[in-house]
Amino acid sequence: MVYWFSLGSLDHFPRQGARVLSLPEVKVAVFRTHDDGLFALEDRCPHRGGPLSEGMIHGMRVHCPLHGQAVALDTGTMVYPDEGCVRTFPVKVVDGNVLIELPTAPVSSQATTAVSAV
Amino acid sequence: MAKKEKLVLIGNGPANIKALEHLLALAPDRYDIRIFGAEQHAPYDRVQLSAVLAAEKTKEAIRLQEPAWFDQHKITMHLGTRIADVDRVRRLVFDENQRSYAYDRLLLGCGSNPIMLDLPGKDLGGVLPFRTLTDIERMLASPVAGRKAVVIGGGLLGLEAAHGLEIQGFDVTLVHLCETLMEMQLDPVAGAMLRGAMESRKIKVLTQASTTEVLHDGQGRVAGIRLKDGRQVPADLVVMSVGIRPNIELAQKIGLACKRGILVDDYMGTSDPHIDALGECAEHRGKTFGLVAPLFEMGKVWAGAITQHPDAKPFEGTTTATRLKVSGIDLFSMGRFNGGPECEELVLRDSSLGIYKKLVLKKNTIVGGILYGDVFDAAWYRQLMLEKRDIGPIRDALLFGPSFAQEGADTVNPMAAMPAEMEVCGCNGVCKGSIEKTILEKGLTSLDEVRAHTKASASCGSCTPQVSQILEWVLGEDAATKAPAVETLCGCTSLSQDAIRQRLTELEPMGMSEAMAALGWNTLDGCKKCRPALNYFLLCAFPDAYRDDIRSRFVNERVHANIQKDGTFSVVPRIFGGMTNPDQLRAIADVADKFSIPTVKITGGQRIDLLGVAKQDLPAVWADLNAAGMVSGHAYGKAVRTVKTCVGSEWCRFGVQDSTGMGVALEHQTWGSWTPHKVKLAVSGCPRNCAEATIKDIGVVAVDSGWEIYVGGNGGMKVRVADFLVKAATPEAVMETCCAFLQLYREEARYLERTAPWIERVGMPYVTERIVSDAAGRAALFQRFRETLDQTDPWSKQGVTAEAPGEFRPVEATPYPMNV
Repeated sequence: MVYWFSLGSLDHFPRQGARVLSLPEVKVAVFRTHDDGLFALEDRCPHRGGPLSEGMIHGMRVHCPLHGQAVALDTGTMVYPDEGCVRTFPVKVVDGNVLIELPTAPVSSQATTAVSAV
Repeated sequence: MAKKEKLVLIGNGPANIKALEHLLALAPDRYDIRIFGAEQHAPYDRVQLSAVLAAEKTKEAIRLQEPAWFDQHKITMHLGTRIADVDRVRRLVFDENQRSYAYDRLLLGCGSNPIMLDLPGKDLGGVLPFRTLTDIERMLASPVAGRKAVVIGGGLLGLEAAHGLEIQGFDVTLVHLCETLMEMQLDPVAGAMLRGAMESRKIKVLTQASTTEVLHDGQGRVAGIRLKDGRQVPADLVVMSVGIRPNIELAQKIGLACKRGILVDDYMGTSDPHIDALGECAEHRGKTFGLVAPLFEMGKVWAGAITQHPDAKPFEGTTTATRLKVSGIDLFSMGRFNGGPECEELVLRDSSLGIYKKLVLKKNTIVGGILYGDVFDAAWYRQLMLEKRDIGPIRDALLFGPSFAQEGADTVNPMAAMPAEMEVCGCNGVCKGSIEKTILEKGLTSLDEVRAHTKASASCGSCTPQVSQILEWVLGEDAATKAPAVETLCGCTSLSQDAIRQRLTELEPMGMSEAMAALGWNTLDGCKKCRPALNYFLLCAFPDAYRDDIRSRFVNERVHANIQKDGTFSVVPRIFGGMTNPDQLRAIADVADKFSIPTVKITGGQRIDLLGVAKQDLPAVWADLNAAGMVSGHAYGKAVRTVKTCVGSEWCRFGVQDSTGMGVALEHQTWGSWTPHKVKLAVSGCPRNCAEATIKDIGVVAVDSGWEIYVGGNGGMKVRVADFLVKAATPEAVMETCCAFLQLYREEARYLERTAPWIERVGMPYVTERIVSDAAGRAALFQRFRETLDQTDPWSKQGVTAEAPGEFRPVEATPYPMNV
């Protein structure tokens, strides 16, 4: 079962930037590209675990701030010749809201970050 | 799917692991692979043992492959497991616990055993060979203060052992049977030079010395040695390094044909068609091998043969050449260095420079030689020897090297002389051989590709010239034609950095994306290389009109803190000139307490670093520091970092000027300006130079009559002593000169070019001309510098959060009702 969650207004997501959703077992980085593409990836570089959300974003890739490895935003795979990949999550914009699909049930109706078992 | 064939390797030394690398490159999935190593250590490069003993490398640094590599190739590794027997009929190997493992193909790389002289007392504690990491661990096991070591054997390994033990603090005596050290590789002249070099390192050398007994201390340990002439040499450690003997015990036991080594054919096959052998245990056409080049060649031959690769070549036994791996002693020997019938010698000897070159010729071809003190051209001579080139036409200049002996001399690539195993990239541990191999295998043609595939030059970049030269050397003439005439900023543009800056001076102020369009960028939003550079160029060109593009800044410059390996940040408040006070210290301590900051450290630049701050705490940490009157120290930025000072005339009994006052004033005057790369300053109060000003981008050293100003120093990756720029009589003159220099650097250096390489590129006379000779120009530079300063504390700027809503806050997820 999957559920959609709102992450708030698209205006709060900087172009060529990212924001982080902290879940109990994973951090998710939500990226917005220069041409308004939205992508959600696990916020952990496959190389040495750096926070991808802090990386520089250009085109369809983000460069990890720790050692510069590049990850493709659409597939979550590291850009050749590096190898490895991170989880991706479906995201979309509905009525100006950024929505993310997470494979988990909300803990309560007021649940904000209280989602579990991702 | 067909079941994989089982390949078993006995021995995990360098020859076997290299052979495996070759095999996996040719046939990555063909075999199910299992390796047995008698040693407990993961496979390491035995050739580098002397570097470990000499404390130049760690044990980890000489690993042949990381554990992950073995995992990746699904190789099963049995460490500390000796193979006791092989059943050649049923094709099983047995370990000492009688566990059996099947093979379809077996590779013996059993190496060799060190020869231990059969002397009375040879089994005493403290008598060791020099062959394994365990041997080194034993040598270094107990405290060494005042300890004495004797190394028996003045061959290559013995010399390296003596050198290493001396570095480790032993009082070392080297005992050698012959008159000449390394007599297998050197003639008496070079041997004597080498002896002198060893003796100057406080290693005692006894030649023509035959050891007859190892002396007993009465408690089971060695006390020294006795020589044939009756002399005794006291010792707590005796290292025997008198040669090796191929390890053929197992091969003999299972009935393979052996003489001195296991007999192999040109493709490493033994007398059993399912068993191959290579490395030091193998004997090929009556010869065994102990040097690394032919051993690695065997691996290549073997891999080609068992995969039936079309390029498989038979083993020919590379002509042996030797290099001594003792730092500071350059020594190379090859071929028939001692000459023989019909041979002539060319000799060059310069005792005061410590250089000796000898080439042995036979009918105008090189057949051997020795280089001592200057081995730069070793590879070239070796190549001439291997190709049996007729050196007649260049004979008169041959000894002076390719630069003199060949036409178009300056095109000779110095990388050719570098041995394959020499490390080129220290950051990522990449050697010349692997760069060469990757270039050939992957068909690479550019520096960027080499970086991407090998990681060489991808970190600090200090090896970039060498990597480029290797690329040229491998690709030959092609490289010159393929390389672009100018180095472009990145793949997004065909313009060089200099051209971009020139164009910007002709244009109206504009933003980042307009600039990309105006300059013909071929991408819409650039890349991580060009965006920060272009952002800086625009800031520098249009200081008033251009708005900093924080999305084109590296995270550190975006959040004004320094990202750490765990994703937390470090915060360094500015402490002008390194002068602080109890209030500042109290405020820093309070911040550290309040935010549970785990680490507080004094930096090399005399500042205080708060490490381990969570990103969401950064604004609050800054706010508290701001409230105490402190501003950001730019420890994270391409900007003026710190001005380091000594205490100067106010307190120091040697100080001739107020260096702290000058340092504080300089930092107040220069902070708050972006630069092409980080800039560090220092002020010393007297020529004793306690602030280490002569390895800074700008160093000011007080003298009795004023201040000496130095520029272009660097204490980092590549140490460079600063060049003297000018002497200034007054503090005002110091200020103007330093700021004018900074502005010249800001306007003309390339992005990410420190002052040191910039000065080396443009030359010191140019800098002197602009800053010292041209008074009006200097004043104008100073003026422009002051105009571009933005001394608003970045921490206090609201812009940080206004431009990036929620930069410091995580987002929250609220359930959203939707039919999925």
